[in-house]
Amino acid sequence: MIWMALTVVTLTLGAALAVMLLDNLLAAVAAASVVSLGVSVMFVMLRAPDVAMTEAAVGAGLSSLILALALRRLGLIKLDLSEKGKDGDA
Amino acid sequence: MRSLATLLFLGGLIFLLTVLTGNLPFGNPPMLVGDAIQKGAADEVGAANFVTAVVLAYRGLDTLGELSILFAAATAGGLVLGAAHGGSHQRPAGFILRAGADLLFPLLLVVGLYIVMHGHLTPGGGFQGGVVLAAAFFLPLLARPGETLSHPWLSLVEGLAGTAFIVVGLIALFQGHGFLAPMFDKGTLGELVSSGSLPVLYLAVGLKVGSELASLLSRLASDDEVAS
Amino acid sequence: MTTSIGFIFFIGAIGLGAIGIAGIVLANHLFRLVLALAIAEAGANLLLILAGYRWDAVAPIVSDPAVVQTMVDPVPQAMVLTAIVIGVGVQALALTLVIRIRQRYGTLDMQEARQRMQDDLDAAAGITPSRSRERPAGGRPLPAPAAAVEAGVQHD
Repeated sequence: MIWMALTVVTLTLGAALAVMLLDNLLAAVAAASVVSLGVSVMFVMLRAPDVAMTEAAVGAGLSSLILALALRRLGLIKLDLSEKGKDGDA
Repeated sequence: MRSLATLLFLGGLIFLLTVLTGNLPFGNPPMLVGDAIQKGAADEVGAANFVTAVVLAYRGLDTLGELSILFAAATAGGLVLGAAHGGSHQRPAGFILRAGADLLFPLLLVVGLYIVMHGHLTPGGGFQGGVVLAAAFFLPLLARPGETLSHPWLSLVEGLAGTAFIVVGLIALFQGHGFLAPMFDKGTLGELVSSGSLPVLYLAVGLKVGSELASLLSRLASDDEVAS
Repeated sequence: MTTSIGFIFFIGAIGLGAIGIAGIVLANHLFRLVLALAIAEAGANLLLILAGYRWDAVAPIVSDPAVVQTMVDPVPQAMVLTAIVIGVGVQALALTLVIRIRQRYGTLDMQEARQRMQDDLDAAAGITPSRSRERPAGGRPLPAPAAAVEAGVQHD
């Protein structure tokens, strides 16, 4: 139980740091969704299934969707398409 | 200089939060209100899910405030963004997305309505189910870029659902109990038709949240690409 | 052993709150400010749920009406349910405002956007804008020797 808690908390804090320190904004949105999922798992461990379901649906689903749609509208999506990937799928 | 100020600010903030939470009795909360609710909720409200009983029966006014905050945020967001017009210069989505969206739409509708209707028995309720319903109505928009949802219908559903919530509360008020007090028959604990007006209230909440979020998502996804 | 689980969760909640609030204060890009707001809200909700936890208790849902079990506190959970939904409403509104700022001022950098807003206000009030680096004389023409230095500065 304590190892599970330690793993989840470390993952969540690492993802939160990644949100602030990553350069690519789309990757930062993905890291924010990981933070929401980690917090949702912590809610399950704290015996709050209703809140965990809400946090998973709203934080990892709706909030990330809204952030990504706003990114597209702002024109800030930068995908790293290297040449190696394009040669692979002929 | 900026990083020194950053470190000082972070250190002070963490110290403040640690001191504040260090005095909390973790694991043995003095559950004065919680104990009373646990003893009385099964008889007074008849809902198996005590969180639903607190959200709708004991603190129904807070839920009404939350609904109005969501309404204000969605309306203000729609006002700031302007009308949604579908663009026509986008590539059509791939085959997987189109076929998957068509398959997922009825599934998401059923799952969303199930979560909404069983909010008083299992974890779930209006807000979670409303989010799933909004996703169900938004997914076909992603698969067919250039289409828009019909915003008049969505506003009509949202308005009717919000009005239904308030009307049910007013009926309870005029019967002499109090605004948003649970009424109708309690039923047996654990049945679908139980705990009085709670499923009706959660259905109204679920439809309102779902239509609001679907309309907001459709406005955000419209095609006005800002030149970068 | 039992207290260290609480310790771990409290570190998680306080860390999330601190990262979120520090991110809001120190952000230089408006979109990162909205992301930091989301993280701070998640940390605060976690802190609320932690306040209602009880050792060896079950979730506040009755599975068998005959058996009475100790449950965790359902009141903070109801509060956090409301708080999560309000949080997503606030984030949606913040994002629409960010989109509008981008449409109006063309930039999302905090200093740049603030400077352009100030210029707008000054222009509306009829005051000549004052900037110390690019226009040291506040819009008036400079004397000749200093103009060469200014041209050198503007070209780098």
